[in-house]
Amino acid sequence: MDETAAFEKFKECAVEVLQVRPDQVTREARFAEDLDADSLDLVELVMALEESFDVTVDETELEGVETIEQAFNLISAKL
Amino acid sequence: MGAMTEPAGPGRVVLITGGSRGIGLACAEMFLSRGDRVAITYKAKPPEAEGLLCLPCDVTDAEQVDEAFTEIEARLGPVEVLVANAGITRDRLTLRMSEADWGAVLDTNLSGAWRVTRRATAGMVRAHRGRIVFVSSVSATSGAPGQANYSAAKAGLIGLARSLARELASRQITVNVVAPGLVATDMLAAMSPARLSAMTGMVPLGRVADPAEVAAAVGFLSSPEAGYVTGAVLAVDGGLGMGM
Repeated sequence: MDETAAFEKFKECAVEVLQVRPDQVTREARFAEDLDADSLDLVELVMALEESFDVTVDETELEGVETIEQAFNLISAKL
Repeated sequence: MGAMTEPAGPGRVVLITGGSRGIGLACAEMFLSRGDRVAITYKAKPPEAEGLLCLPCDVTDAEQVDEAFTEIEARLGPVEVLVANAGITRDRLTLRMSEADWGAVLDTNLSGAWRVTRRATAGMVRAHRGRIVFVSSVSATSGAPGQANYSAAKAGLIGLARSLARELASRQITVNVVAPGLVATDMLAAMSPARLSAMTGMVPLGRVADPAEVAAAVGFLSSPEAGYVTGAVLAVDGGLGMGM
């Protein structure tokens, strides 16, 4: 899967779980400030991403992840 | 949000751990009578009851918990109502209590409830609805000689419930506790007649409870009507624990 396709798939997960519009899911978007996502939303998103991309994300890897870009890089590094 | 995210009425998928007898079985019968789809887990032997999905499961084993949920999801659907009821006793005065007695009770009664809840919540969070009820005990707050392990575990359920109530509130999932007093179950039958008589004498209502009376409280807390009740401890103890 190339990076663009992976990001589109990532975006689909984010739109569905966070209930936001696709155009809100930019790489710079911050989960809390821009997407109104709380900690449980992030847990839910990670679970959806794990399922969708068939990867496993350890809790410790999520420390400091605050933007879409950071989360996407975390997932894409595992593909 | 609001009414849309409340659990649907009859026909919900309900899981009761430790549902083969006593309070657990009474809960299963109550939910069945309301038209819900009911699964129970048991350790020793399944109940002779019609219409229940009965699954063997030791709640001290996360793998067995996962297998039971997977089976329920395949046959009934995702669990919408969880009643964490599985519990054991290893009553002894602390001076004579072994590490094993302590550990076994904590692992089943407290950690077991946490294991099944953890497995159940992923689906509830996704569905934005759910009801979780923990079966605690009057001894959680009053203490009981010979039950340091049991009381500690049952008190632990209250802290567990209240933390979860906060964690899951944004998804309209409620988490509550029922604290029964003396209930006519096998657990009570193991008590000496003299002690039972003395204990009953301390109950303002002057009798032991029928398991169905505890199930009725569980039924309320898991109903759509109880949507604004979370983190509550509902005593069903004939007044035994008043003021605790």
